Amino acid sequence: MELLVALAIGVLFTVGVYLVLSKGLLRILLGTTLITHGVHLLLLTMAGLKTGASPLLGEKAEAYVDPLPQALILTSIVISFGVSAFFIVLAYRAYRSGGMDDVEGSKGERR
Amino acid sequence: MNNLLVLPLLIPAVTAVILIFLKERIGLQRMISAISACLNIAVAAVIVYQVSTDGIQTLYMGGWIPPYGIVFVADMFAALLVLVTAVVGAACLFFSFASIGEERERFYYYTFFHFLLTGVSGSFLTGDLFNLFVCFEVLLVASYAMIVLGGTRVQLRETLKYILVNVVSSSLFVAAIAYLYAATGTLNMAHLAVRVAEAGQGGVMNVIAVVLLLVFSLKAGLLLFFWLPDSYSAPPVAVRALFGALLTKVGLYAITRTFSLIFVHDLGLTHTLIGWMAGATMILGAIGAVAYNDLSRIFNYNIVISVGFIAFGVSVATADSLNGVVFYLMHDMVAKALLFILGGMIIAATGTEQLQQMGGLIRRYPWTGWMFFILALALVGVPPLSGFAGKVMMIRSGFGEQEVALSLIALASSFAVLYSLIKVFREVFWGGERSEEEIHPLRYKAMMAPAAVLFVIVILMGIGAETVNGYVAQAGSVLADPVQYINAVMKE
Repeated sequence: MELLVALAIGVLFTVGVYLVLSKGLLRILLGTTLITHGVHLLLLTMAGLKTGASPLLGEKAEAYVDPLPQALILTSIVISFGVSAFFIVLAYRAYRSGGMDDVEGSKGERR
Repeated sequence: MNNLLVLPLLIPAVTAVILIFLKERIGLQRMISAISACLNIAVAAVIVYQVSTDGIQTLYMGGWIPPYGIVFVADMFAALLVLVTAVVGAACLFFSFASIGEERERFYYYTFFHFLLTGVSGSFLTGDLFNLFVCFEVLLVASYAMIVLGGTRVQLRETLKYILVNVVSSSLFVAAIAYLYAATGTLNMAHLAVRVAEAGQGGVMNVIAVVLLLVFSLKAGLLLFFWLPDSYSAPPVAVRALFGALLTKVGLYAITRTFSLIFVHDLGLTHTLIGWMAGATMILGAIGAVAYNDLSRIFNYNIVISVGFIAFGVSVATADSLNGVVFYLMHDMVAKALLFILGGMIIAATGTEQLQQMGGLIRRYPWTGWMFFILALALVGVPPLSGFAGKVMMIRSGFGEQEVALSLIALASSFAVLYSLIKVFREVFWGGERSEEEIHPLRYKAMMAPAAVLFVIVILMGIGAETVNGYVAQAGSVLADPVQYINAVMKE
């Protein structure tokens, strides 16, 4: 199971990096969201997948799942959600102000 | 346990929330902001005093004893930086009153301002690596909003790049945290230091260390500063002053902390890498500072040079050089804020950022001119001023540790600073008048006040170096001997 998830993380990172390196602003945007998805999965996998029962006292199990990474992921998801929303709005504003929907249009002026 | 430690976060955060509800009441917004900033300075000063008398202060959030829960730690290094942040923040705030304009004030400028301070103080105080990431994000999101506020074409364009760089580096940060958690099973910095020492800093740990170094370097502009000169030229001067003084320093703080506390067992790899990155940063920054004829570019490349210089001190990693790092970091935060504020006055007085279109300002604004001149000397490190003590400590221990090449680069970078700033001084203040713009006398006074306060601090930090050094030595001793930090956090 870990191997499968690790492969999925690899694919997410690869696709994300490919998209970030492309020219269209929308593709770059999607690339960053894919990379953050990969990172969140990584965080989940690194603590070990399903090593025991839910971390509740009533379960009386021998082993419990480590709940900390899930708390971290929750925090991280909320942050990346906010940042992505801001990024998308910003990209839309840049597009509306003319010509900045790809990398070519967003180059700085020559000084 | 010391509940005071949460106030440097709580005060600006609560202020920011209150200001959201006062959108149209600009006078009230300014008053509350000013009170909050002064309160923040007072609290930070009390924390510094407590740390100096009672040693390292800790706060266990929710009463969870470490390594569980989030812990806030104020050693002298963090406490001093929080104090300087509060002072510099207040100066930038008062400069904003005079220069930022009603449009921005109405659109939550001060709210973002205080959230930025929350993030910066939080980054300094937290003792938990994931919490450091969260504080980074708080200050970054605030900085995104501050760069783009106003929505001109240049701002939109530069913000896109700035966000992209930071989103990618934040993702890497979380990835590094994930690896670190898998390898050690903890994220509390003091506990990490213990676990890394137990497990030995082998292959995996070195990979994690280098990924973390990469992340912090992107934030600090250490070697990976390609985004910095453009992004920091986009927003208005008050914002630039705040960014130039605080944001890169947070990255540097993170590098100093992780590589003096956690990853200290393979200096040959990590610290050599930091050293060469620092050397390259100083050289490239010097080239940039000398090459441009554009006020904001020259200043931005001066930020890059000082980042390289401080990282050089971190890489040498002796007790003396770490003292120097603390001293120089404090000096640089104050001095860079003053540099940008004076630059803002120059731009307001000439209406341009191109050096060729300026000249002769010394007749109309002699105070600005001579302050700029003395500040330039302070940044170079001329003795009675604040830059000297830190520089001499770092370079002396650099030579002592046989890092001759890096020390020579560090010395030479001072000449680039001198050349670029004296060029600015000559072009802007000497020669014939070339512009007819005029700052309203009242506005000039309002801009002068924060500049004068920072200027006095720069001089006092130089003349009173002996007194300042008492505190700095306490900070440096914890950095050089991390056991003190670990014991203070993990004592129960």
